[in-house]
Amino acid sequence: MAEFRLPRNSRIDTSAGRTYDAPAGVKNVRRFRIYRFDPASGARPRIDTYQLDMASCGPMVLDALLKIKNEVDPTLSLRRSCREGICGSCAMNINGLNTLACTKTCDELGRGDISIYPLPHLPVLKDLVTDLTNFYAQYAAVKPWLQTLTPPPPDRERLQSKEEQQRIDRPSACILCACCSTACPSYWWNSERYLGPAALLAAYRWIVDSRDEATGERLDALEDPFRLYRCHTIMNCTEACPKDLNPAKAIGAIKKMLFDRQH
Amino acid sequence: MAERPLSPHITVYRWAYTMTLSILHRITGVALALALLGLVAWLLSASLGADAYAALLPLLTSLPGKLLAALAAAALIYHFCNGLRHLAWDLGWGFERADARRSAALVVAVTLIGAAICIYVIFGRSAGAA
Repeated sequence: MAEFRLPRNSRIDTSAGRTYDAPAGVKNVRRFRIYRFDPASGARPRIDTYQLDMASCGPMVLDALLKIKNEVDPTLSLRRSCREGICGSCAMNINGLNTLACTKTCDELGRGDISIYPLPHLPVLKDLVTDLTNFYAQYAAVKPWLQTLTPPPPDRERLQSKEEQQRIDRPSACILCACCSTACPSYWWNSERYLGPAALLAAYRWIVDSRDEATGERLDALEDPFRLYRCHTIMNCTEACPKDLNPAKAIGAIKKMLFDRQH
Repeated sequence: MAERPLSPHITVYRWAYTMTLSILHRITGVALALALLGLVAWLLSASLGADAYAALLPLLTSLPGKLLAALAAAALIYHFCNGLRHLAWDLGWGFERADARRSAALVVAVTLIGAAICIYVIFGRSAGAA
């Protein structure tokens, strides 16, 4: 059910935020307002404000976060790895939209303060690091691997035509950053039972794979009022995807396949 | 070790056209179900004869009655147009980001124009008739 208010322990303590001023004399200052939660302290989450000298900072939001961690406040926790939009680790909510910190420039975000929160409606481990256990379990639940009954050809791989490859080309580019699923209001209210856009995009990718022979079973597994049909085509997923993929379209295609096989 | 907090969601997510149109579709759907009661009352009074109709007419043509009728008409236009958008999606059309934005703008534009016409008809004409 839709719970609009956060649980008591999750509400931000507006009086506890700390402010870190920019070094004296710098001209190009920008304020970063960042969600902080320290599991060791037992205190409620707070918003810390960091004033950064942008003249000595790289262009990306991730550069700013690492500058804070390296030069201002080493206690700030975040996930990051590839810094080029392929690992999906630094997914977070930046100025209200889920995206990757490493591919979002500070300039794109206009001139005002930059607010950074963890991905929405997830348990927070520390600061910007969320617990994605449920998200990964849902990915595993759609069996994201090739399932076959027939033996493989003895002399070669299972080949695809170019057209067959093109069907799975874009959906395969998903990096499982969770930007789409945690942008979805339906996923916020029903994440225990609704698979969410990322897992459904993965399901679609295997349903339309010409080599896969478990299409019927895959569709059976999704034919459920919650697992698939909690999608109400709000389109937040597609608007959020930092890889320009289209989970909403994939979910629509699955619904259509379920309809077509009944008629 | 403190219990893990839930990260903020609807209070921090930037309110976009996507969520706005989706929640409006639900709100207008509920509103139309309620508006149906008014329509039924109107038809019922007509079927009960001239006296019953004459008794209800002042209520329907009062300012609140007209306002509710205008709101219901606007809700119907919105729900109908956005419903067509959903039907197109069910057929697999219009899922591209640019298409979804364009169809959203079209639905809003048609609703505003339709609502303006309804307001003109409801308030303009009956004021002249009275």
